[in-house]
This record gives sequence, structure tokens and C-alpha cells, in this order.
Amino acid sequence: MALPYYVSPEQIMQDKAEYAKKGIAKGRSLVVLEYGDGVLFVADNPSSSLNKISEIYDNIAFAGAGKYSEFENLRKAGIRHADLKGYMYSREDVTAKSLANSYSQSIGTIFSQEVKPLEVEILVAGVSEEGKGNEIYRIDFDGSINVEKGFTVIGGKFEEVKNEIKNRFSADQPLKKAFQMALGALEAVSSQKLPPSGVEAAVLDRKRQGRKFKRLSVAEITEISTG
Amino acid sequence: MSLELDQQGSSFFQFLSRNYPQLLSRSEAFPEHGGGPSPTFPHGTTILALKCERGVVIAGDRRATEGHQIADRTMKKIFKTDESSAVGISGAAGPCMELVKLFKTEIEHYEKLEGAALSLEGKANKLGEMVRANLAMAFQGLVVIPIFAGYDYKKDEGRIFKYDITGGRYEEAEYYSTGSGGKDAKNTIKKLYRKGLPEEEAMKIAVEALYDAAEEDSATGGPDLIRGIFPIVTLIRKNEMVEVTDDRVRGMAESIVESKRER
Repeated sequence: MALPYYVSPEQIMQDKAEYAKKGIAKGRSLVVLEYGDGVLFVADNPSSSLNKISEIYDNIAFAGAGKYSEFENLRKAGIRHADLKGYMYSREDVTAKSLANSYSQSIGTIFSQEVKPLEVEILVAGVSEEGKGNEIYRIDFDGSINVEKGFTVIGGKFEEVKNEIKNRFSADQPLKKAFQMALGALEAVSSQKLPPSGVEAAVLDRKRQGRKFKRLSVAEITEISTG
Repeated sequence: MSLELDQQGSSFFQFLSRNYPQLLSRSEAFPEHGGGPSPTFPHGTTILALKCERGVVIAGDRRATEGHQIADRTMKKIFKTDESSAVGISGAAGPCMELVKLFKTEIEHYEKLEGAALSLEGKANKLGEMVRANLAMAFQGLVVIPIFAGYDYKKDEGRIFKYDITGGRYEEAEYYSTGSGGKDAKNTIKKLYRKGLPEEEAMKIAVEALYDAAEEDSATGGPDLIRGIFPIVTLIRKNEMVEVTDDRVRGMAESIVESKRER
């Protein structure tokens, strides 16, 4: 009987991490940032039907970068998780924190147990009522979870986009300013002008009644990206 | 609670049926009723819907009864399901509430997963499927009969759907009313209804129909001017859903009472 090769766990993890990072680095970037009324997502996304940003629950949104089929699967699982919890308990018991933790657990398990890790990075953001802060969680391909303050970037050239935003960011900007800053950073890094139809944007706006998530239409993006 | 990563489909109802059947009430879960007095439980009663100019009005009284007792004076039987539709419920109050909660979640769930809302027709069919799932319970006396009303953006008009206990779904062209006082309410609407009613008039007819039903049927509650409890009236029009305020319904109820006094 042939003995299987011994590969150290360290080596396996390292290889998997490298593989996942490579996959994510191929994709385009996505910015999430706090603004005066909540949280804004801006993604460089030429497709109008394959979304990277989505609503999860009343005040929770999701964004993914990397392999579409994989983060789409995670998005759907998140919606099921939130709707089930809201149905079993109450709408107010569905929180961004608990969802982010569940994602972290599931992605972490896949990373350590499956042969192929997920090539994704995801964001879970939540807004609360007036006067309380926003929550932004970033969950990496290995399930590690980070609490982000102010803004963060996922996807391909996340470091570069982050550096573009770093010095110009302030958390209480109006929507228009925040959007233009995020778009500017994405454009600077990809060194091309992004047309409104090539940008996907959505907000969690705490001033909205009921469900806080709103996807910005091409017309709305055109309007706020100029002037 | 962990994430369900391998599930397919966009229906929350099916998701629950498959993975969490304990969260749905099923007749098997109830013991066989062996003689003795039947257990009583609250029942919600009269609900109605009628079309008006560029939309539809849906309304219901506030009384729940348990046998000959009044179980609740302020029960809500009309629920907004999303931005363009509402459901009214009559029958066993508990299962009715569960149905509404499930139906609302179902519609929102579908919209979020698919990235597009269900059509009005799709919602109406889905509701029928849920009523049908309740059939075994209906035979044990836990009947749930909804009315579904909404604005159909494709057809550009308000529409009304009624159901039977088997989940049969029928569309009504003008108006409909059901529940214990449904017949009385329907008689009133029948006399006053005409095509293209202005919204204000349609809402007033709804309140008057519920008033008449309350006069004839002990399980239907009339406007309670002393406690300030009034029927729930909801107007659905294109891009607009108005849950009419108590003050406005009070005005309508008072003018009806006044017209009776002068007789």
C-alpha cells in the first residue's frame, strides 16, 4: 500500500491562502464607506444584472468580491439566515453582527476542510437608528472577520484604492461627496473613466422608512456623479 | 443557527417546509379531538375589498370572537404585504396571523433573492398555495380565508383575489366580502357600487358596509365611537399605499351614524 505524501498543515493552509488571494486579485474593487445618512457601497461593475451589492434585511446589506458564483451563494444563504431568524424571533433580532459571525464560521470551515477554498471577500454592513453608529464587517476567504471603521475596500486592487481614499475620507459627508470620492478612487486606480452604467452603487440610508437598502439607478448615479 | 449553503429555490415557504417543518403548524401536530366540548379559539370576521378609480380599497372590522365572547376589540385584519398589495384575513385568528407573517416574508424573500419583485399574479398564486397547505387544519375547524388586493403594474389596474379553503383562487372584477358578516357587507356594497368610484366614496362605502355587517352580525364589530376603535381601511393605488388614519375613518363613521339618526 502506498503511503500518502505527508504535507504539513502549515503548507496546506499557505497554499490555499495563496490560491484564494490569486483568485480575488483578478476581480475589480468595491468600496464601502460611511456617509452622513448611513453606509454607501460603490463597485466597479460593468454588468447591470450580476450584482455585487445586495439587500439582506431591513437594515443590513451585503457586498462580495471575487468569484461571482461563490459570493452569490453566500448572499442567498445570508438572506435565508436573516429571514428565518426574523420569522422565528422578531425583525429587530436580526443583526449584522450575528450574520457576520455566521459567515465567518461557514467560510472558515470551508477554508479548513474543503480542498478548494472560496475565492471571495465579503462585507456585511448595518445601519442603526439615528444617533447610533454603523457597523461594517469584512470577512476574508479564510473566515477571518474584521470590524471596519469609516471605510474599506475589497477585491482586486484594494490596497491602492484604500490609499486613494485614506486622506480624503470623512464619515459625515453628504451622499454626493462620498460617492464622488469613492468613484474617483476607483477611477484613479483603474486609470479609466467609469461610465454611470459601469458603476454599481447602493446605500443603507437610515432616513428611509422601513427597509433601509436602496439600489441607485443609472439615472441617480449620473446625477450624483456630476457637479 | 448556521447558514444553509446548499439550498436552491427562492421560496421561503418551501425552505421552511423542507428544513424547519416544526415552524409551520401542521394538522398532524394537533391531537385528535375526542368528544367533549370543542376547544374554542379566537376568530376574526368581516373583511372586504372593492375597486375604485385607479386602485382598490381593502378594509376590515376590528372584532375577534371566541364562541359567544368577544376575544379582542382591536384586532387588525388588514395587512400591508409590500408597497403595492395588502391582504385581509378571516377565520381562526392564530393560523391567520401565521399565514400573513409567512406570506409577507415569502414576498420579501423572493424579491431579495431574485432581485425583482413577484408579479401581482405570482403573489396571488403563492397565497393560494399557502391556503391549500392549511387544508387539513381547515377540516379540523381552523379555517383561514384571505382576500388579496393589490395594484397590478402590468395591467395598470387594481385587482382583487378571493380564496376558498382548498386554495382555489378566483379573481373578482368589482368587489368582494367574506367572513361572518361578509354577506351583509356585500349587500351594502352591491347597492352602492359603480364602476370608477372616486377613492373617497369607495372608502366610505367600505366603512358603511362594515357598519351594516356589524348591525346584522354579532361577530362583526362596528365603529366604536366611545373607545375610538375604527375599521382598518387601506387604499392601494399606483405608487401609493395609504393606511387611512383613524381620524379620517372616524369622520366617515360619524357621518354614517348621523345619517341613520335623522331617519
